[in-house]
Formats: sequence, structure tokens, C-alpha cells
Amino acid sequence: MIVAERKPFEEIKAMIEGCKKVLIVGCGECVSVCMAGGEKEVQILASQLRLAFEEEGKKLEAGETTLERQCDKEYLEEIKDKVDDYDAVISMACGAGVQFLAEMYDSKPVYPALNTQFIGVAEREGEWSERCRACSDCVLAETGGICPVAICPKGLLNGPCGGTNDGKCELSKEKDCAWTLIYNRLDKLGKLDNIRKIFPAKKYSVQTTPGRRIHEAFKEKE
Amino acid sequence: MAKAFKEALESGKFVITAEVGPPKGVDIEEMKHHIELLKDKVDGLNVTDNQSSVMRISTLPVCRLIQEAGGEPILQMTCRDKNRLALQSELLGAYILGITNVLSLTGDYVTVGDHVDAKPVFDLDSVLLLETIKGLEEGKDCAGNELTGEGRPTFCKGAIVTPEANPIEPQLLKFEKKIKAGAEFIQTQAIYDLDNFKKFMEYARQFDVKIMAGIVLLVSAGMAKYMNANVPGIFVPKDLIDEMASAEKGKALAKGIEIAGRMIKTLKDENICDGVHIMAIGKEGKVPDILAAAGLA
Repeated sequence: MIVAERKPFEEIKAMIEGCKKVLIVGCGECVSVCMAGGEKEVQILASQLRLAFEEEGKKLEAGETTLERQCDKEYLEEIKDKVDDYDAVISMACGAGVQFLAEMYDSKPVYPALNTQFIGVAEREGEWSERCRACSDCVLAETGGICPVAICPKGLLNGPCGGTNDGKCELSKEKDCAWTLIYNRLDKLGKLDNIRKIFPAKKYSVQTTPGRRIHEAFKEKE
Repeated sequence: MAKAFKEALESGKFVITAEVGPPKGVDIEEMKHHIELLKDKVDGLNVTDNQSSVMRISTLPVCRLIQEAGGEPILQMTCRDKNRLALQSELLGAYILGITNVLSLTGDYVTVGDHVDAKPVFDLDSVLLLETIKGLEEGKDCAGNELTGEGRPTFCKGAIVTPEANPIEPQLLKFEKKIKAGAEFIQTQAIYDLDNFKKFMEYARQFDVKIMAGIVLLVSAGMAKYMNANVPGIFVPKDLIDEMASAEKGKALAKGIEIAGRMIKTLKDENICDGVHIMAIGKEGKVPDILAAAGLA
């Protein structure tokens, strides 16, 4: 899933300076699961903003709604009758959701409440870790299901750097060295030959932004 | 004038290299002094590339200064700050200046240095950089395009290894890839335990590559303890720490020079490896004393 965290409160508050009515829109997908932008977080942000405005002797009407997801037009349309009533919209989706919402309601200021961080997994309750950089050229088949692009800060493809120590990363003793993990996993699988060959340089051409994909069945016939 | 580094390597003599660290600023007097002091005493002078991810003068112009002074420069190249276009154009530029010794390094991560918010590049890695150099020598860039015109560049290609890395197996796997990718010489991370190093050399001798042991000058017992605790792949044995600690007040540096000299002498006399790379971090002016202590001056 996409993992995100809420921006500092003061940053969000500054965005809506001068607004009297804001609509806070949560997203029911990834950011809801990682406890950053779901229904509950919408409630919390709305209450915090109302209180903060009140303390300054101002009144803020903060509307709350959480959509199934914000990366689909069909769900974004559900708020089309509400948006006009507000001065601004705060999206609690990932960066993709914020942009799609802003595109659909382009006459309204749309502000992001989250910083989108990475594609990752839930390690345990309340803790997520990065696993994929969406590089469009997956090497997991050869690296024992451990991604050197996402787990190694340098994204090295041909083995560990000299900074690794005791199986940990040069950046922090808290981080595992991706290449020690890969080596150990392949050793266990009896497939160390996978990484004895030299991996070619990554093809950055396939990840030129903005990415776009059209499913075969939906491609227009020539 | 120093003999060509490649020639020295191939001659079978015990090869000695040292380092020049470009400063962060344009006052190059001290660096020029070090170049002058060392150029005739060593077979090559490595020029570090934004060492420890701290922004400094770039390597190529400093290599040029060494060359103009009559020394033999070794261009260090990390993959941290340049993508494959920049690395290759720098290599071609180095070649036309007659700078042909290159040491391929991954490079420290950006956040360990003084520009923590810079974009880390790492487009290639140290293995792929060696392959890229080999490609240029064969007349092709790393995208497969032919180099134009007459002539092909040739380089003397080097890389590094950390013999004390833990675990060692993934490190050796990469070491072997570096050799496969064309490394002709290997400078090691600092070594202090000669028994451990001999074991590494027994393994390394099976490959057609020159191994130069890394010698980092100890300046105090505290430095040795600090490196043991904080620098990956460096292990200073207890007897050396005790020896450093036994030095009289104000004599620790002299003791460090004595130890470095003794190690170099042993490595040479017992024919353990093909040479040494001396890293006298911040004490470059002491390299001649180390060589004298090794009986090489």
C-alpha cells in the first residue's frame, strides 16, 4: 500500500488561513489503513482546526467526509454537490488522490494534509516499511524476493557497499543491509549463482514520469 | 618524475600510493605542498572525490595539478554525484589530459556528509563503472554507441575491497565481480591485523589482480578505539591499541608512524601483497616519515 503521514498541524493550518469553511476529505484506501488519512483522521484534523481557530477568536466550519478512494473519478464525484459550499478542500489522500481531486474541482483551492512517503507493508500495528520504488523493471526473481532498489539506500544492483557492518546499513544500525539479506536468502535457497553475474545498469527510461498504462483490452484499435 | 603507475604495477615492484584530499575552498597552498612533498616518493597519488560526501574541489583539476607537478595521479570516481553521462564524459576528459588511472568507488551515502538534502545519484555502481570504463576502452559508451574518430582511451582500472568486512561473503562476491569487470588493482580498506589479512590474501591470490593493503595512520589509542566502534570494516587489534596507549605523552603520532612503517615493512618483506595505499588522513605531511620507518625512503 501507499504509506503517508500527516503534515505538521501548523503547516495545514497555515494553508487555510483566511478560510471560513473547509471540507476535509479522507480516503478509505491505503492512507486509511496506515492511519494517516481515513475517517478517524478526518475527524481529528477537523476538531483540531476548529479548536485552533476558536482559540484565535475565529470560527471555522469544517465539513467531514471520507470517500471510498480518491484515485477514482466515480468516488470523487460523490462530493460534487458539497464542494461549492466551501472556501477550500483539504484532501487527506496520498499525492495522487490530492491531484485527482484538484483536477476535478479546479475552481476550488485543494490542499494536501499528508506527506506521501512510500509503497510499503505493515510490519506490525502502527509500523510500516518501504518495499517498492515502482521502478518498472522488477528484479525480485533474482534477488530472492528482496528488493535492492528499495531496501538499499543507494539502490545498488551488484552487491553491498563498503559501508555495511554486521549486516546493517551504513546509514543506521537500525537498518538491515539489503545485500546481506539477499545473500543470506539466496544462500538458503541454494541460488547464489543468481547474483554472481553482473546486473546491468538500470533502465531509467522505463520509469520516466509521468507514468501511464493502458490495459490491452482498452487500447484503441488502430 | 614518477613512473607511470601502471608500469610500476606491472613491474612487480612493491607499489606505494598515498592520498591527496582536495580542500573545501580555493586555498590550495597546503595541498600543493603535500603534492610536492609526496610526488617523487610514491607511485601514485589518489585524489579523493568529495570524500565522506563533503563538498570540495573536484578531482580532475587536482589530478591535473599533480601531473603538472610531475606526479602520477589516480582519479577516484564515486557513483554518488554523477550519472552515467557525467561519469563517462569525465573519463574521456581525464584521458585526453593523460590522466588514466581510475579508482572506481560506490561512494558514501549523501546524508553522511555536509549536503544532507542533495539528490543521491548512484546511477551506476562500482562494478558497473568498471564495466563502463572497459566499454570505453573497446570504443563503446555504456549505451552501446560507438566513440567517434581515431584512437581509443585506455585506463588503469582500480577498485576497493574491505577484507575485514562482516559478513565477508557478500563483500567477496562483489570483489570477484569487480575483477570480472576489469579491475587491475585493488586498494583495501585499512588493515591492522596481519594474520587476518594473510588469510584474505590466500584467497585473493587466485585472481589476476594486484592487491594494495590500506594503511591508515593511527594518531592515538582513542582513534583506534573510535574506528573499531564506528568505522565499518576496520578492526584494530588490542595489542596495537595497547602499543599506541603505551606511547609517552606527545609521542603518540610518532608511535603511529612507527607502527605503520613496521606493517608496511612486514607486508613487503614477507611478500604478503603487491603494495600499500597509505591514508594519512589529515597528516599527509607525515607520509615520508612512514616510508622512512618502513625502510623505503
